[in-house]
Amino acid sequence: MTTAIDIHRLSKSFGAVRALDELEMTVRPGEVAGFLGPNGAGKSTTIRVLLGLLRADSGRVRVLGADPWADAVELHRRIAYVPGDVNLWPGLTGGEAIDLFCRLRGGVDPRRRAALVERFELDPTKKGRTYSKGNRQKVALVAALASDAELLVLDEPTSGLDPLMEVVFQQCVAEAKAEGRTVLLSSHILAEVEKLCDTVTIIRAGRTVRSGTLTELRHLTRTSITVATEHDGTSVAALSGVHDLRERSGTLVFDVDNDDLDRVMRHLAGLGIRSLVSSPPSLEELFLRHYGDEAALAGGGRR
Amino acid sequence: MSTGAVRAAGRSPRTQVGAFVGTSTLTRFTLRLDRVRILVWALVLGVLPASFLPALEDLMPTQEDRQLRAELIRGPAAVVMSGPGYGLDDYTYGAMVANEIGLLAVVAAAIMSILLVVRHTRTEEETGRAELVRANVVGRRAGLTSALISAVVANLAVGLLLTVGLTAGGLGAVDSLAFGAGVAAVGLVFAGVAALTAQLSEHARASTGLAMAFLGVSFALRAVGDVTELESGSPLTWLSPLGWAQATRVFVDLRWWPLALCLGLAVLTTALAFLLLGRRDVGAGLVRPRPGRAAGHPLLAGPFALTFRLHRAGLTAWGVAVLLAGLAFGALTDSVAEALVDNELLARTVMAGGGDDLVDGFLAAMLGYLAMAVGAYAVSSVLRLRAEETSGRLEPLLAAPVSRWRWLGAGLAVSALNCVVLLALAGLGTGVSSAVVTGDDGLVPALLGAALAFLPAVLLIAGVAALLLGLAPKALGLAWLVVAYALLVGLLGPLLNLPAAAADLSPFSHVPALPAVELALAPLVWLTGLALVSLLAGMAGFRRRDVPA
Ligand SMILES: Nc1ncnc2c1ncn2[C@@H]1O[C@H](COP(=O)(O)OP(=O)(O)OP(=O)(O)O)[C@@H](O)[C@H]1O
Ligand SMILES: [Mg+2]
Repeated sequence: MTTAIDIHRLSKSFGAVRALDELEMTVRPGEVAGFLGPNGAGKSTTIRVLLGLLRADSGRVRVLGADPWADAVELHRRIAYVPGDVNLWPGLTGGEAIDLFCRLRGGVDPRRRAALVERFELDPTKKGRTYSKGNRQKVALVAALASDAELLVLDEPTSGLDPLMEVVFQQCVAEAKAEGRTVLLSSHILAEVEKLCDTVTIIRAGRTVRSGTLTELRHLTRTSITVATEHDGTSVAALSGVHDLRERSGTLVFDVDNDDLDRVMRHLAGLGIRSLVSSPPSLEELFLRHYGDEAALAGGGRR
Repeated sequence: MSTGAVRAAGRSPRTQVGAFVGTSTLTRFTLRLDRVRILVWALVLGVLPASFLPALEDLMPTQEDRQLRAELIRGPAAVVMSGPGYGLDDYTYGAMVANEIGLLAVVAAAIMSILLVVRHTRTEEETGRAELVRANVVGRRAGLTSALISAVVANLAVGLLLTVGLTAGGLGAVDSLAFGAGVAAVGLVFAGVAALTAQLSEHARASTGLAMAFLGVSFALRAVGDVTELESGSPLTWLSPLGWAQATRVFVDLRWWPLALCLGLAVLTTALAFLLLGRRDVGAGLVRPRPGRAAGHPLLAGPFALTFRLHRAGLTAWGVAVLLAGLAFGALTDSVAEALVDNELLARTVMAGGGDDLVDGFLAAMLGYLAMAVGAYAVSSVLRLRAEETSGRLEPLLAAPVSRWRWLGAGLAVSALNCVVLLALAGLGTGVSSAVVTGDDGLVPALLGAALAFLPAVLLIAGVAALLLGLAPKALGLAWLVVAYALLVGLLGPLLNLPAAAADLSPFSHVPALPAVELALAPLVWLTGLALVSLLAGMAGFRRRDVPA
């Protein structure tokens, strides 16, 4: 089976700005893939390359087995896209814009369109500029979701949606996944990513810093331990994988790399554990760890 | 607090002052943003007229030469495009500058002011930047005030450079000052007009269009006024701010008071603009947008239909303008014929490519100017395509199964079709009204055909714009240079006795000046060929570049 998205050593520069620097990404068919990274990391740039809007400087890019630059039109019949910044034509209503997009990809099931308009509580009679930000986004979402594209490319599709609409969106993505479609979802909303995505790719400054399933990524980070022992426990400081050791009224607080968890626990057991609290890494911590550079991490990343 | 108290507070003097808070910061910012733009305008506008002086002295060293020139341009075509012609009886270099370059400079200053003011008022609002600015410690009126101050600065710079340049060129200092002041004063009028139109529509494009329409009407009023009552100045001329600047009779019989009319109108329009500004919401116009169709019209199904729809309003406005101008020019045919009957010298005038019948020559010249206006439309319509790209609206279209070739092809096809429509309207307008005043029905098809003969030249201009769009989109504005150059050649070419090679650079120079001369097909064929090549090359370039770039 071919991969849905296959990016290998993709680079793209805008003049002196190196937006993408040998980026790597793989998305398998039927997967919901999260695409994360700090502002300006290159997510939208990558997506534009995937759509054949920007031309890659170097590297290999395949989308649904095709070259997005050379085979753009054929490929786009199988892709639907929601841009991060939805701009609508001032003189056209939302309904007209939706119909235009649907007709461009060869028509749409009117019931499906109507159902989506209903579900997203969209008023299709308003003119482009009179929509609020969230409603502009809904126009693009309805147009994309109404299609039967194999691959949905969504660039921060929910950054303006209210929590109720966010739920509707999540249902729609879940349905798309159930239908066997592939979704690439760039987002800054971690709860959304956690709920929807099978895999995530985290990029920073145009490079892939982590990719894999969420479970795998969790494994790569640290667990926070608060422990009180019979004997003096400061010896754990000497163990590898232990970070930020602090002593607080007889209890020890530290972080430990998940890989070293087992060894550290055995050591603690030898000291006689009186009480122990371990908190698994939150998604936020996971991302903070990968988003910031190491210096920022040491300072503000974990307290 | 009661509502009454709030109201009272809203009117307190402190709030009035508060409305201007931040003006100086914003003005500095505006001037900084536009420093290059203003500098270029000021240099071109301020220095160009003076730079012609040596050429004039070279070309027409003696009074006889100048008098010959004066006789040549007594004709109605020259009057329409340059003005009432004060001082033709004793044609000095100063009178020459005032008469043949004055109107051009004044119109250019008006355009500069309109673009500058709309850019810093309505465009800022439309893009949402004004909201960001206004959320800071910035008063309600600061934005408009700073835009107007910038326009004043730009116009003063133009006026000053003109004064210095013309004085240095050997003309009288006081008259040079009056010339510069006249140009700047009309610039200020149109800064005020643009400030006003910027309050009316939500869209910058419409605001600019309205102000330009005001400029067009001003031009037409004085054109008709000047032609119908040569030299004395008719009431129609006195209705036009452009007429006021020329009414100073600078370099001939200087009087300052018409400039007070300019300043008065500038103050009036500005005051009105502030009044409207105080009554509306940020981002809103006078007309509130209404809800529209919930579903797209069945025909709205592709890039062609979409582009056509987006260009519809613009096409309508341009169509009305071109048609009215054509009707006005055509209606002058009669007075042209009368004026020409007893002027032997004019009979030899070379008007836009020559011809025996002077009425035909006049009509051909007028059609030429209308065709240049259509050339300007061609550039603006290609710029419109670029705006789709930069606004991000093109991105989702190209992410649908629409090839770049198809999108740009459709866009350029709409531009070309609209140019055909506009040329036809220009020809019909001129033809119908000239047929009515002369009783010669044959003028309608003749002038329709003559106008359409300009299509290859207009398409070539569209082609240059398309080429830039495809290969150097950031430099797309340069396409205006082609139109400006063509206009300069058309207006000043005969005066400056431009070498043939320089005149040939304008695509319009190659179009046979129908109906004054025989139809020559060869230039039309190669102009069309060049146009097609450049259009296709632009499309090929567009296929290879980043979007947006
Ligand atoms: N057309 C362009 N010209 C110059 N630089 C660009 C262009 N487009 C993007 N960049 C630069 O490329 C980098 C990546 O931008 P991109 O929009 O891909 O970031 P992003 O990951 O989508 O960020 P965000 O989360 O804020 O949406 C940034 O440094 C940006 O400034
Ligand atoms: Mg982005």
